[in-house]
Parts: sequence; C-alpha cells; structure tokens
Amino acid sequence: MSKVVLKRLEKRFGEAILSTHDQFGDETAVVTPEVWHEVALFLRDDSRCQMDHFIDLTAVDYLGRRTPRFEVVLHMRSMQKLHRIRVKTPVAMGPDGENPKVDSLVDVWKGANWFEREAWDMFGIEFKGHPDLRRLLMYEEFEGHPLRKDYDANKTQPLVEYREGYEKQAPFGLPEGMPFGRQVHDRWKVHVAGRQTDGKTNILGFEED
Amino acid sequence: MSDKSIQVIEGSEVGFATTRVDALLGWARKYSLFQYPFVTACCGMEFMALASPRFDMARFGAEAPRFTPRQADLLWVVGTVSQRQAPVLKMVYDQMADPKYVLAFGTCASCGGFYDNYATVPGIDKVIPVDVYVPGCPPRPEGVIDGLLLLQDKIATGDRTPAVVKPRTDPVPKDLVSLRRSAEGDPVSEAG
Ligand code: SF4
Repeated sequence: MSKVVLKRLEKRFGEAILSTHDQFGDETAVVTPEVWHEVALFLRDDSRCQMDHFIDLTAVDYLGRRTPRFEVVLHMRSMQKLHRIRVKTPVAMGPDGENPKVDSLVDVWKGANWFEREAWDMFGIEFKGHPDLRRLLMYEEFEGHPLRKDYDANKTQPLVEYREGYEKQAPFGLPEGMPFGRQVHDRWKVHVAGRQTDGKTNILGFEED
Repeated sequence: MSDKSIQVIEGSEVGFATTRVDALLGWARKYSLFQYPFVTACCGMEFMALASPRFDMARFGAEAPRFTPRQADLLWVVGTVSQRQAPVLKMVYDQMADPKYVLAFGTCASCGGFYDNYATVPGIDKVIPVDVYVPGCPPRPEGVIDGLLLLQDKIATGDRTPAVVKPRTDPVPKDLVSLRRSAEGDPVSEAG
C-alpha cells in the first residue's frame, strides 16, 4: 500500500537505505543511523509522503543474535495520504561499552519526546539533541536499563531498604512462590554462560544445528 | 462471649463479669477496625465487592474507611506495589498510630505474584510487617473474610506472628454422597 514511500526513500537516499521489505501490507525500511534524522524530516515534509502522524518509537535488543546489537524502530502514518510505514535503524554500543547513540526526532515530531525517554529508560539508547532526556518510568536512583537482555532478570533495586531477614522470595516457601519464573531464569543464566564458553548453544539455550 | 478470658458470674441480682484488661482491649479492638484501603491494582475490584452489601464487611465491624492513615488501625494493601510506590506505602504505615495491623490482600501484595521483575516489590513484607496474608489472584471475598476473621482472632489473643489464610476446599461430589448416606443410614439409590 505504501510502496510509493519506500520507492521515494530509495530514490532519495540510495545507499543509505540498507534494505526494504513488506509483509502483510506493512512496509519497512532499514536505514543507516547517520541519515536517521534526515529520513524522518524527508518523510514528514515530502509532498508525496506527508507523514504527519507519529505513532510509536521503541527499541529492540538483539543481544547475541545480531550485530549491531540494538535496533530503534519508528512507526508513522500519513493522515492525508493514508500511508503507514515503519523505519528501523541498527545502533551499536560504543567500543568501551558506552551507550548507543542516535539522533533525536523531537524536533521533527513533538510526540517523540516521551517515547525517546522511555527507550532511554528501558534500553539505554541516548538520543542526541533530546531536550530533556530523563527516565520516564523508573526512578532516578535506578541503575542500568531493565529491558536490556543482559539485565539480570531477578534483580530489584529497592528505594526503601528491605526489612532484615526477608529475601526476595515468597513468604510461603519457595515451592509455592514462583516456581516457573525462577526455573526459567536460572536456566537462562546457565545457558548464557554455556554459550560464552562452548559457543555451541545459542541465546535461548538450544543446540545450534 | 465464648472467650475463656471473660467469665460471667451469675447469682446476684445484676451479675458481673471478670476479665483481664488486655483481653478486654483486644475484644474491643477486634470489632472496631477502622481501615485504610491502599488500593493499587486489579484486586481493588474484589475489595469493592467485599465492601458491598453482598459480602458486607460491616458484619465484622471493619467497614469504616478512613482516608487518613492517622485514624486507621488496619491497613489493607490491595494489589501490586511497585518499587516506586514502596516509599509511599512505608510512609502511610509509619503514620498510623499503634496498635496497627496490616493485611496483604492478594498474591501481589503477599509475594509479588507473577510480577517477578525489576519493577515490583516482591511482597510488601519486604517493606512493612504483615499480620495476615490472603493469597489468591484475586482472592475470593470469602477468602478475605476468612483473613479478616483470622486477624480478629489474632487481635483477641494478642498474637502478632504472620499468618496465611488457608485455602478453602469445595466438598467433592463423592463426599456429598457419603454425607447423605450416613445421614439416612442407607445408600441413596442411583435413580434417587
Ligand atoms: S493478585 Fe492478581 S488480581 Fe490481585 S493485584 Fe495482583 S494481579 Fe491483580
């Protein structure tokens, strides 16, 4: 449906469009992070695109499955032309483990403000030029970014100190608490460790063919 | 008054009773629980049912809500408490005047429930002491009433150890049949 948008993107940006595809009527373009801001401006202002409706911006962590590790995903829509398109860009961690960085789109669509704050909060992606990049959901004292795949699934960061003698477990004894969740978490750890040593199992713990 | 610590002595024209002061206080407290509802999530719907005429908390003297913790004796923690909210819960608890009681309503308040993650307090007893846990997601109002009665027993006896409400089991059909049999002294026929 929105193929014309993909065509215009490819014509205008050429090499900077890494790939495009469409599935079930959803058109997607993967672009390099360098043109991220330019692509957004072009999509908003081009007379054949007119993407005036910002829908969503989020991120995905592909730890152990893809390099670069993160992908920032942007959804938008055109009220006039009824186009709908998704644009993604891969972003990498810095060489010394610095947070991944990508341009902010707040000056293109104001609505992107809180979405970028959420992506920063959950994935630790820094949006360059964001007017007020604070955590949105978690608290200031929180360390790390909880939706990153290497954030320990069992870890909590209490604001109030826990009372003495109370571990993170149910008051009814472990068997009645969270058996399913805990087993999966432990298995996860074992397999991540295994993957790092033998290189045979993938991130989900299955033997790779 | 079936309480053993209170004895009614008859014989004179008016009669009189003897008791201990703490037993009398416990007896008075258990039927006048002013509650502060700290309602944060879906369990709140069940809490509303409990307060409504159908289940009628007023029968147990615990119906009066006080929306300031300073006037409340019983803190109902109803629903999920996130790490961000824990300081508020602690502050509410600290503001209550002694003697104060806490009832953890539902699995989330008791142990975090299935929210075993970075954002949720895994049970409010990590932050404040709890008297009675009512498991269930959400617990049935009957279960909560059991919890309330349990708390009243504990208040009457002065017992402050945490307690968990035991699950109720429905009688299975087999037992019903055997009950009827024993009552009539004769097996019930299949057709009957
Ligand atoms: S125990 Fe269940 S019903 Fe109650 S707050 Fe938690 S998720 Fe909701």
